[in-house]
Amino acid sequence: MVDNSIEWKTLINTNLMIKRLHPLPVNDHPLKNIITERIPRKILGSIPSTGMTTPLETHISLLEPLTRALRQLDPLSDFAMEEMDPLSKLAAEVDSQEIPETKSIVIKDAENNIFYQMEPWTSRRAGILTKYTTSEKLSIVTSFLSEGEKVTVKAQSTAIDKVQHRLKQLDSFEEGSQHRLNLSQAEYITKIEQLNKELVIAWNTEQRVKALKIAIQCAKLLGDTEVLSFYPSKFVLITDILDTFGKLVYERLKTKAVCIKSGSKTLADLPEDFTPDMVSDSAKETCLNWFYKIASIRELVPRIYVEIALLNSYRFISTNECNESLQRMTDMIHGIGNPLVAVYVRCYLCKVGITILKKKLEFGFLLVNFTGFLDSYHHIFSRGVKTELESQKMELPTYITLYTPALDFILEAVNCVVNESFLPNLLSVCKKKKNSSLILNTIMSGFKPAYISDRCMEFLDMILDSSDGGVPLYHLLRTLGLCITVCPPPSDQRREILAIVWKHISSFDNPDEYITCAEAWIQFVVECFSSRELNTVLGDIIEHMSPNRSFEKHYSVLKLIISKVVSQFQDFEMLLIMDNFLPLVDIFHEESIKVEVCKNILTSCNGQYKTNDPVITNALMFLCGILHDSVNALTPEDEYKQIGEILCNVMRKVNYGRDFEEQLNFFVEARSAFSNIDIVLAELVQQVNTLSVNTRQIMKGMHNRKTAEFVQACAAYCFITIPSIVSEKTRLELYLLSGQVALFNQCLGQADACLKAILTILPNLEDASAKSELFLESYIKKLLSTLLVVPDNPDRGVVGLLKSLLNVIRQLEWNKLNCNLAILYISVLDLLSSLAKEEYPYHVDKVESNDALYGSDPKFINEVNNMCSIIIREILTLLQDLGQCRRQSHIATELFVKIVTRSDLSVKSTNTLAINLWHLSMKNGYADKSYMIRIKNHLKRRSEATRNLHLQYVVDKLAI
Amino acid sequence: MAINLDIHLKRADKIYYEEENVSGVIALSSNTDFKHEGITLTMEGSVNLQISSKNVGLIEAFYNSIKPIQLVGLTCEVCGPGKLPSGLTEIPFEIPLKPKANRSLYETYHGVYVNIGYGLRCDIKRSFLLKDLQKTQQFLVQYTPGYNVTPELPLKEKRTPINFELSPASLTSGRSGAPDFLLRGHIESVCCNITKPLKGKVVLVKCALPVRSIELQLVRVETCGCAEGYAREATEIQNIQIGDGDVPHNIPIPVYMVFPRLFTCPTLLTTNFKIEFEVNLVVVFQDDHLITNNFPIILVRE
Repeated sequence: MVDNSIEWKTLINTNLMIKRLHPLPVNDHPLKNIITERIPRKILGSIPSTGMTTPLETHISLLEPLTRALRQLDPLSDFAMEEMDPLSKLAAEVDSQEIPETKSIVIKDAENNIFYQMEPWTSRRAGILTKYTTSEKLSIVTSFLSEGEKVTVKAQSTAIDKVQHRLKQLDSFEEGSQHRLNLSQAEYITKIEQLNKELVIAWNTEQRVKALKIAIQCAKLLGDTEVLSFYPSKFVLITDILDTFGKLVYERLKTKAVCIKSGSKTLADLPEDFTPDMVSDSAKETCLNWFYKIASIRELVPRIYVEIALLNSYRFISTNECNESLQRMTDMIHGIGNPLVAVYVRCYLCKVGITILKKKLEFGFLLVNFTGFLDSYHHIFSRGVKTELESQKMELPTYITLYTPALDFILEAVNCVVNESFLPNLLSVCKKKKNSSLILNTIMSGFKPAYISDRCMEFLDMILDSSDGGVPLYHLLRTLGLCITVCPPPSDQRREILAIVWKHISSFDNPDEYITCAEAWIQFVVECFSSRELNTVLGDIIEHMSPNRSFEKHYSVLKLIISKVVSQFQDFEMLLIMDNFLPLVDIFHEESIKVEVCKNILTSCNGQYKTNDPVITNALMFLCGILHDSVNALTPEDEYKQIGEILCNVMRKVNYGRDFEEQLNFFVEARSAFSNIDIVLAELVQQVNTLSVNTRQIMKGMHNRKTAEFVQACAAYCFITIPSIVSEKTRLELYLLSGQVALFNQCLGQADACLKAILTILPNLEDASAKSELFLESYIKKLLSTLLVVPDNPDRGVVGLLKSLLNVIRQLEWNKLNCNLAILYISVLDLLSSLAKEEYPYHVDKVESNDALYGSDPKFINEVNNMCSIIIREILTLLQDLGQCRRQSHIATELFVKIVTRSDLSVKSTNTLAINLWHLSMKNGYADKSYMIRIKNHLKRRSEATRNLHLQYVVDKLAI
Repeated sequence: MAINLDIHLKRADKIYYEEENVSGVIALSSNTDFKHEGITLTMEGSVNLQISSKNVGLIEAFYNSIKPIQLVGLTCEVCGPGKLPSGLTEIPFEIPLKPKANRSLYETYHGVYVNIGYGLRCDIKRSFLLKDLQKTQQFLVQYTPGYNVTPELPLKEKRTPINFELSPASLTSGRSGAPDFLLRGHIESVCCNITKPLKGKVVLVKCALPVRSIELQLVRVETCGCAEGYAREATEIQNIQIGDGDVPHNIPIPVYMVFPRLFTCPTLLTTNFKIEFEVNLVVVFQDDHLITNNFPIILVRE
């Protein structure tokens, strides 16, 4: 079938009318991604309650490079920015573990709850658990964990017996054999969890007395502050148990209220908002019994805790009992001698109270609780506390911080129910107290920052007056700073405030105190003042951090300061030329952190602006240099990529406008500075090509001597930069691009060199991604379409480049089964038949292509036809090798189409070949019938339109 | 052939007042038919007195335990001899709660030396070969609110708040051992409604030594009259802590105590026995020194 001597004659003139589409200039690439230029930033600390987290914790999330990368590079990850607060992050994790039930309640309530602004308990819970820990031994007194019950359950005949028996059991628990266990913190926590499980088990196995006993015993643990630093965590753990207990009792009473109704054959559940008169007598009786029982608990602290846990069950008895007992317990807490225990009982009372009560009027107890705390405030500094602190070797300031979680909660709850006018009252109360630092601190972190900011001066005076041993000055200033950050004070006071505050901040000798304070205030400085003040402040920071290399311990805080500065400061250029900013960066001596900081600075400058200031460029190059130098063989791929992208971004920032030569100089400098990173080099080549194209645009294609030299320099730049890129694929693409740009700028020699360079790379590919046929096929096709307009180099004969390319691709390893080579050959046929045309379908402006050079010289046409014949022969050989398969049929069809459309069918052998190919493709049923029919119909119409008899002849022969 | 006998009272709280009908059902369940020789229901109520072994010897105490005073005794036949079908049989009943002649009803009370209890007993007589069945069900008796069983009590005068002040000087034991302290307080009334808590306030004005605990002790004082004379016994019912640890000074601490059911009843003075109550305010100092202040209280039902 295959005739080895095929004669090809390109069909040069068809009578077909060529329809042209109208080109239109466009501004946008249709496939370009939509990229948001500016990533909105969340102001750190906009949740006032985060004010109390110690700075160390705030940084946990920032230390992780991956989340950081995510936050600042990916425009889609705005959401990641929301997650600034480590507490809420933790809370989210905890939430997912929580019982879904409680979660849904929280969500449901959030809609019409006046406390919706409060930080949810779950997140506080997690925060407290991580913050208040201990390494000391804890003891737990219990009779449940390792022993069975002592009292055997007798048959109980009467209700009175039962009550007596239960009271006896209670007594035996009071006196019974309990033992102390000495445990580490982790063991303690597991024990508490065990107790929690035990309680649920006891309850579910109808041992309600035992459940109550466990609850009481747990509550009793809260009366004990033997390891102070763990107390807040203990509180959190144990109130969980009490909550469980309260819920169990409530649910049980609720179902009981239903069960009895069944007697009257109405099995109605109690509605959510039931009233006491809907509750059956027996449920009421049971409920009363519970309250009588807990009223007889001997000790004060457990009695209050258990009653609080059962508060919700008062609803079964009467509507107002609950509120009354809230008030009553608020008073009873005064009887607790240990102020720490008392304040946490208040906290629990408020926490339970706000979940139970519905009406706003009833929330007066919150305020009473807070004022109750204020009334007994002096007690914190009493002898009892002093002796306790001495025995536990704890400092007063540390002790005072134990109060903050509870106080913050209470005050925040209060804040939700009172109006602004309450604050002045509170302040005047506070002024009258001695040692008021704790109250001040609580007020500042509990109230809306706007309130605080408005009275900033007043607070400042009070802070400076309260020189007690409680919350230290730096802590108070920090809390105030956090408020001010969220909401700046009135503008006329700002300068004065800063002057006073910074005077005190800079007087701190202890670097820890200094830097935690400075960190809180820096944002205020950045937002509200000019670069002059910021510069002074930064200088002050450097001065304080330098002695004794104390900066080494505070890298994370310093890093936070830098990130606050760069994220808030409007004028990035100003920042870079500031005297003290880069020296501050220099303070980071540890390489990895320094790199982090540089990354942070550079990524935050991705605004719209461009720069051409040599000082700024220098500063940028300096920062980039740090990043670039951090890359080594061990750098992970992602890090490498990230740094590369940051550098590319900076390269795009530096813009000298129309001073192209200066721009090119900069690129030369950048190339020498960042030679290690592929994508930066690639970016540079792209930039230089852009430069070159821009030059041509400005000259409107008519280069003068100077611009011609410039574009040649650009082409040379590209040509020598590309070889240092590691990725072969990038190299191939850039060569092609640079070749095209050179051609566009009429630098024929340079274009030729680039294209030749491609031909030298192609045979030696090693990289898998560059070798992939998918890439190669499209790449070579692209190259072929460029070759059409490249004028022949007189040194290398007719279509020399194409010939060498053909040789190269023949040598490449192609997958025999796919036979992509044949497909490429078919594309080459397209190119060749276009080459033979009198005028090529497209040109490069001001470049004379082969059509003009040869003027359809018969020799040239002949050469082209010969090449076609050779190519066809090659294809036929390939087809034969391929054997019969779907792919063969496909290629045969393609070739057939090319032959009938591109070649002159009057040549007999071509004519026969076409028909044979058609039959080949139809053989064995591999062909797509409908496609073939469409081809045939098209050819038929074409033959009629062009009155091409040979084509008609062929079409007639085509059988389907 | 198991027969279950039970008495269900209509009221869940089982509390009944004089002249009321105690109503409910006798529930009998059995898987077979069974014969019986008659079912009777008895209502009983009595005061049981016991003499403390502290006053007299143990053996005497045992022998001398005074005969119970019957307050209620009423038997009625539910049905004569017959046969009951298998399955659940419920026989409703209604018995008026009335004291025996020349007696009056007292509230249910469980103490150490005095017990006042009421119950229903259902007996099923069976033929002589089979065991008789019996079931008792306790119920509680309360005075109708406002009823005063002991009119001689000086209720009116006791309705005013009582203020008190404790200091080393006011102690009966003199100054011995007590640290310098001053405790002020008031109790709203020592004549208390049994259903309402005891209320008041105490303020620790000053105290040289830290306080360990402030407690309220509820004490019953039972007096039994017998051949040998009176025996008066005071025992603790409960102890409720109102102040824990070194309480803050000059801040009112609420006095609040719920009277437990069954173990308290309105103050009762009769010819044979008396039930009275007292509250002790106890302050324990760090060095375990202890001072108490006694308040006799009168309980009434209102």
